[in-house]
Amino acid sequence: MYRYDHYDQAMVDARVAEFRDQAQRRLDGKLTEDQFKPLRLMNGLYLQLHAYMLRVAIPYGTLDSRQMRMLADIAEKYDRGYGHFTTRQNIQYNWIKLEDAADILADLATVEMHAIQTSGNCIRNISSDHFAGAAADELVDPRPYAELLRQWSSFHPEFSYLPRKFKIAVIASESDRAAMRLHDIGIRIVEKGGMLGAAFYVGGGMGRTPMIAPLVRDFVPLDQLVTYAEACLRVYNRHGRRDNKYKARIKILVHELGAEEYTRQVEEEFAHLLGQGIEPPLAELERIKDFFPDPAFSTDAPTDIDRSDSAFALWVDRNTHPHKIPGHASAVISLKPVGGIPGDATAGQMRLMANLAERYSFDECRVMHTQNVVLPHVRMADLHAIWTELEAAGLGSPNLDTIEDIIACPGLDYCSLANARSIPVAQRIQERFAETGRTEVLGELKLKISGCINACGHHHAGHIGILGVDRKGVENYQLLLGGSEAQDTALAKITGPGFDEEGIVDAVEKATDVYLDQRQGGERFLDTYRRIGMTPFKEALYG
Amino acid sequence: MAELLRFRDDEAVDHPAVTVDSFLGQSNANAVRIEPGDDARALLPHLDQVSLVEVNFPVFGDGRGYSAARILREAGYTGELRAVGDVLVDQIALMRRCGFDAFEPDKPLDDADVETALARWPHVYQPTTDGRVPIRTKRHE
Ligand code: HEM
Ligand code: SF4
Repeated sequence: MYRYDHYDQAMVDARVAEFRDQAQRRLDGKLTEDQFKPLRLMNGLYLQLHAYMLRVAIPYGTLDSRQMRMLADIAEKYDRGYGHFTTRQNIQYNWIKLEDAADILADLATVEMHAIQTSGNCIRNISSDHFAGAAADELVDPRPYAELLRQWSSFHPEFSYLPRKFKIAVIASESDRAAMRLHDIGIRIVEKGGMLGAAFYVGGGMGRTPMIAPLVRDFVPLDQLVTYAEACLRVYNRHGRRDNKYKARIKILVHELGAEEYTRQVEEEFAHLLGQGIEPPLAELERIKDFFPDPAFSTDAPTDIDRSDSAFALWVDRNTHPHKIPGHASAVISLKPVGGIPGDATAGQMRLMANLAERYSFDECRVMHTQNVVLPHVRMADLHAIWTELEAAGLGSPNLDTIEDIIACPGLDYCSLANARSIPVAQRIQERFAETGRTEVLGELKLKISGCINACGHHHAGHIGILGVDRKGVENYQLLLGGSEAQDTALAKITGPGFDEEGIVDAVEKATDVYLDQRQGGERFLDTYRRIGMTPFKEALYG
Repeated sequence: MAELLRFRDDEAVDHPAVTVDSFLGQSNANAVRIEPGDDARALLPHLDQVSLVEVNFPVFGDGRGYSAARILREAGYTGELRAVGDVLVDQIALMRRCGFDAFEPDKPLDDADVETALARWPHVYQPTTDGRVPIRTKRHE
C-alpha cells in the first residue's frame, strides 16, 4: 500500500489548517455561504436535507486496518455510529456538524487520509479496479498509476475551478470492474510491442445525459501519462461549457466538438506541454510502484475446501473471486443484507472488517464501486473462519452481483435534489426476491437505483435500472433495461410509463419472469435481453 | 475602489487595458484585458509589446483565467499578469502558481489573510512556471 512521506503528510496537514481557518471564517460570518460553498465542497462537505454530509476519500478504494478503524471511530465520535460506502469507492457520513468538520479532517490526517477534492468542480478521487493486485486477469497493478495521478491532481493550480466535477478511473485488465468508460477520463493500462502504456477514453459520464467515453488515444507512453492528462484537462478547462451547469461536463464538450476534433485539440496541447516539464520523472513512478509489491503469498496454499456446509458453499460460490495465486481468493463482504441500507456499515462492522483484513488479508481491504468491501488476498483455507465471523455480524449475505446486490443512491431520505426515495425501493425489491427464493435462480443481475436524473445510483448502467421521478408531486419510478458498466458498457433504455412504489417492485418481478421464461443455456438476464430485445418485456409490463 | 496588490518591483502601467479585439486591431497598446472566453494564444505573437495583461474573473468559479495565465507564462511572457474581478483570498495561492503577480480584487483583501494564504503550502505537487521545485523532484534529488 502507498504510504505518505513527510511531503504528503505536510500537504494534508496544511489542508487541515486551511480548512480550519475557512470554517472559522464562515462561523464568524466573514465568508458568505456562497463563498464558503466551493471551499467546503473541495473538502468533501456537502449540505444535505437534514445536516452536513462529509465524503472522505479512499484513493482507489484501498484501506488498511488502521484506516478502517479510524473510519469506525469517526462514525462513533461525530456521526450516528455508521457510515455509508459509495459508488466512487469512498465513504460518506450523513450527520456531521460544521463545527466538527476540521477536527474530523485532523483525525483522518493521522492515518494518512483526507477529504480533499471529494466534491466540487475539480478532479475527484481516482477510482480503480477493486481486485487490483489480486485479479488473475490483470496486466499490472493499476494503482501506482492512480497514485501518480492522485498526486498530480491534488491542489492542481490550474484545474481547481473546472466547469464541472471531473472523475478519473484507472484499470489494467480487459475486464472492467470500475465502470471505466463512464468516467470523464477512463484509463486502461495496455501493452504494445512489449511496452506498457495507457489507452485514454475521454468524455463518459452518467447524470442526465449519459455517454460512453470514446477512445481518444490508444497508447500514451508511460513517461507521458501525466502530460497527456494535463492536455485533456486544459482543453476542457478552456472550452468546456460554463453557461449551463447541465451541459458543463466534459462529455458534452467531446460530444459537441466530436471526438475527432476534441482529440485534435488535445494532441496540439499535448505537443506544447511536452516541452513544459509536466511529467514526473520515471523514478517517481518506480518509487510509487515499490509500495505495491505482491504480499508474501504462500506458494503451496491448499486449493480444496470443505464444502459440506451448504450455506458456506453458497457464499464461496457467490462472493469470492479468482485470485492470481493458487490457493487464494478475493472475498467480498456484502454490505447488502436484505432490508438494510445499501453500502451502510456500523462502526462495529467496520472494526470487524478491519480485524479480518489484518488477520487474513495482509492488512488490506478495498471498497468496491458496488458499495461492498473486499478482502483481496485471503487463503482459501481461511474462508470458513472468515465467513463464520461475517455471518455472526450480519455481513455474510451470499448475494454479490445478484438482484439483492443493489446500488442505490441516498435519494429522498437524505438528498436535497431527490425526486423520490431510493433506499426503501431497494429494500422492498430485496425482500421480495429473498422471500420467493428467486435471487439464486436469477444469477447475475445488476440492479441500480437513482432518486433523480443525476444518476448517482448508476441506473443507466444497470442490467435493470430504476429512476425516481416526480409526477405531479407523487414519487414515480421509471424502469430501464439493458445497461452495463462492465467491459461491454451499454446504456439502459426506458421501458415505458413509470410505476408507483408498489408497482415498480411488481414490474421488476415481471421483467425477471420474462427472462426466466426465455433464457437459453447459461444466459444472464442481460444476455437474454440483448438477444430478444425490449418488446417481450414491454408486452409483459404493459400488455 | 479596489486596491492593487503587486508582487513586482517595476512601475505599474497606469492607463486602462484594452480588450483583446481592440488590441489586435490597434497595435500600439501595451495593456490588454482578457475576458474568460478570449483565447490567450491570440496575444502570443505580440507579447514583446505588452507590459500588462489583466485577466478578468467575473465570478471566482470561472477558472478559465488560470489556463490563460499559464499559457502566457509558458510562452515566455514576463510582463505583469494581473487577476482582476471576483478574486478572493482563497484563490490567490493557486493564482500565484499559475503566474499571476498582481491582484486587483473587487473587494480589497485583508493583508494578514493574504500573508497566511500565501505561506500556507510548504510544498507543491505540480511544476509550473513559478519555479517552485515540485515534490516529485525533491524526492529524487
Ligand atoms: C446526497 C448528496 C448528493 C448530491 C447532492 C449529489 C449530486 C449529484 C449531482 C448533481 C450529480 C450529477 C452531476 C452531473 O451530471 O454533472 C451527481 C452524479 C453522481 N453522483 Fe452524486 N450526489 C449526492 C450523493 C451521492 C452519493 C451518496 C454517491 C455514491 C453512492 C454519489 C455518486 C454519484 C455518481 C457516481 C454520479 C454520476 C457521475 C457521472 O455523472 O458520471 N452521489 N451527484
Ligand atoms: S441521484 Fe439524485 S437523489 Fe440520488 S443522490 Fe444523486 S442527486 Fe440525490
